[in-house]
Amino acid sequence: MPSVCFYFQVHQPFRIKKYSVFDVGRDHNYFDDENLKEKGTRAVIEKVARKCYLPTNEILLDLIRHNPEFKISYSFSGTALEQMEKFAPEVLKSFVKLVKTGNVEILDETHYHSLSFFYSDEEFIKQIEQHRKKIKEIFNYEPKVFRNTELAYNNELAALIESLGYKGIIAEGWEHYLGHRSPNFLYKPKGANKIKLLLKNYKLSDDIAFRFSNRGWTEYPLYAPKFSQWVNAINGCGHTVNLFMDYETFGEHQWEDSGIFNFLRVLPKELLKHPDNNFKMPSELVDLYDAMDEIDIHNILTWADTERDLSAWTGNSMQKSALKKIYELEEDVINSEDEKLVDDWRKMQTSDHFYYMCTKWFSDGDVHKYFSPYESPYEAFISYMNVLNDFKLRLNNAKHEYN
Amino acid sequence: MKVLMFGWEFPPFNSGGLGTACYGIAKSLSEKGMEINFVLPQNRKVSEKFLNMIPAKLPKIKIKEVDSLLVSYMTSQSYRKSFLSLDKNYQDDIYCKNLIEEVYRYAMVAKDIASEVNHEIIHCHDWMTFPAGIAAKSVSKKPMIAHIHSTEYDRSAGHGVNPEVYKIEKEGIEKADKVIAVSRFTKDRIIKNYNADERKIEVIYNAIDKNEFFPDSNCKNNLNGFNKKIVLFLGRLTLHKGPDYFLCAAKKVLEKNNNVIFIISGSGDMEYQVIEQASEMGIADKVLFTGFLRNEELKRIYKMANLYVMPSVSEPFGITPLESIASGTPVIISKQSGISEVLDHCLKVDFWDTDEMANKILAVLENEELENCLSGNSLKEIDKLHWGASADKIMGIYNDLLNKKCCA
Repeated sequence: MPSVCFYFQVHQPFRIKKYSVFDVGRDHNYFDDENLKEKGTRAVIEKVARKCYLPTNEILLDLIRHNPEFKISYSFSGTALEQMEKFAPEVLKSFVKLVKTGNVEILDETHYHSLSFFYSDEEFIKQIEQHRKKIKEIFNYEPKVFRNTELAYNNELAALIESLGYKGIIAEGWEHYLGHRSPNFLYKPKGANKIKLLLKNYKLSDDIAFRFSNRGWTEYPLYAPKFSQWVNAINGCGHTVNLFMDYETFGEHQWEDSGIFNFLRVLPKELLKHPDNNFKMPSELVDLYDAMDEIDIHNILTWADTERDLSAWTGNSMQKSALKKIYELEEDVINSEDEKLVDDWRKMQTSDHFYYMCTKWFSDGDVHKYFSPYESPYEAFISYMNVLNDFKLRLNNAKHEYN
Repeated sequence: MKVLMFGWEFPPFNSGGLGTACYGIAKSLSEKGMEINFVLPQNRKVSEKFLNMIPAKLPKIKIKEVDSLLVSYMTSQSYRKSFLSLDKNYQDDIYCKNLIEEVYRYAMVAKDIASEVNHEIIHCHDWMTFPAGIAAKSVSKKPMIAHIHSTEYDRSAGHGVNPEVYKIEKEGIEKADKVIAVSRFTKDRIIKNYNADERKIEVIYNAIDKNEFFPDSNCKNNLNGFNKKIVLFLGRLTLHKGPDYFLCAAKKVLEKNNNVIFIISGSGDMEYQVIEQASEMGIADKVLFTGFLRNEELKRIYKMANLYVMPSVSEPFGITPLESIASGTPVIISKQSGISEVLDHCLKVDFWDTDEMANKILAVLENEELENCLSGNSLKEIDKLHWGASADKIMGIYNDLLNKKCCA
């Protein structure tokens, strides 16, 4: 051993358009974001399909066909799936093909890629249910392993997910909680009984996802044999190397000319050169290995930044206020039984909206800015709050109707 | 190092950003060891108060007054008014009849000064001092810097430049050994409109002295009992500052939220027009005019406001947003400004887009978290914009010029 376990996140939010106070009461189509131009929802997924999804799917499909031992896993947010249906059906087709090979596992998450776990258990569970339905409908698949938005994790989450019937859950393998323990084993969450925790090996995952094309990196350039050596070095002191990353690593975060596709093409063979190496999907790991130890994570752990917390989504007062205000509406929204209202409300919970309001690194000309369709976190907040006001007007009208 | 600097009145005797910038620059340079001989046009009647105030605070700055009617931001019309309002005796005495002539007369005096006062560098602030700088250079042969805080294009806001002023600006740029522009926005203007060499122009941003302006939460919204939100415009009431756009946005804001007071602070040639406009729009009861503010009143008005708006049509830099931020009040600034290049934690808008201006004003007034995030983050952000940083860069230019001289 070890086994190598690849997990790729596939997610796109429905972005909220530039929405002014003068639109309130008149424009109810928050997600028709043509005015975001090339940063609008449709433009983005078409671009990512071209640069990442289609070429990478092709490579992986090819790898599976030629190396039946090669296995991978994905999670697809519900919003990404809906967008593929609407704007890029050929991408959906290619994912379906991949899953049909039997070498691809799918993980569950909230349909709307939301932080609902931290605001409403009921809503959280409903969104998971909706996600399961979608995955069943498109892939005829029933996930056994769960991942929460931004890999946000704590003991309570593990217990809840276990109660829903999942046998595995994933989180960031951060030494702050691990201490001397290695992320390359499975663990038991404190407060849970049977569910097993798989931890991301962030050093090796980020070597590919972040450092791959960084010419300032001491290990640049990263070739497959070198990476394979690092994995082999784990032999004897680890069961699995969990390489968890955003799927957009391939072609978007790491551009084609960085050589990332070539790297991917030869990596599986390179890894398999060592006779003890193999590939496993998350539920296979859960079935195969026992938990090494108990892990106690009472605060919120995520895979984000150096703090590994939710500060990028909830760190400033604008974010806190927006999150509070959207979740305050839960009871009225559910009672309205108005499908469009409920769907809009849920689309407004996608974590990206709050990410765009983050002021942590705004002045640093940082890579995080690249993802925001707005000129500043303040503009993101302004559009969101205006939309919220229009939504509240509609909600009030609905209330009066059923009263 | 000894510098011969041609500048303008320091606060509180100044009438705008030019004086503030001169003060900030001269003070910082002197704190770093430069000896400044500061040449200042002074109408006889005003000089005493000013001269008594300054030496005590800034020992390394020697003020050299020149009897002249020149005042910062003068136009041909305002000069004429000034001249005509003089005592008949003074009129025939020293001062010239019109602005351009007075500028050249000032240059003649500068020649004498240049031969009397020891200096290694000549540093001139804005066009009215350029002929003086050129004259000084002809006498002492020392390198001269043309420091451009605004161009005739900014001041006329696209309404036709004064060709005589343009000529003087162009000559100053050409004859200077180095040009300093207060922003990229200004540098690009200079290159485009004066056909200047890109390599000659260095961008050095203006700054703020955080000792002069600081927040005070007790002052917020405190308009003697009114519990309304306050939106502030502070600047000269002249075309390129966009006070009319401010009023258009104000009207749109008041249609959605009338629990707001708009305050307009400043004076200028558009004063009556702006007052009339507020009346015609039917919002006169929600718009207050304070006139030109100085000292404690100036500092207080920034602290009282919930939001400061700078809707300038063309702003070479824009120091007032910095004063507002330092006072704890967030800002909305025109994208057509130099300061938008160095500020991130603020709201930006195209000056003509009064819908968006109103949208952003309403957002700040109705969401305290937005107001607080903007004010807190911008306060930290402006730490990097202190006069010491500008002075360092200026000294770098001084050294470069002097080294060139040695090697030449």
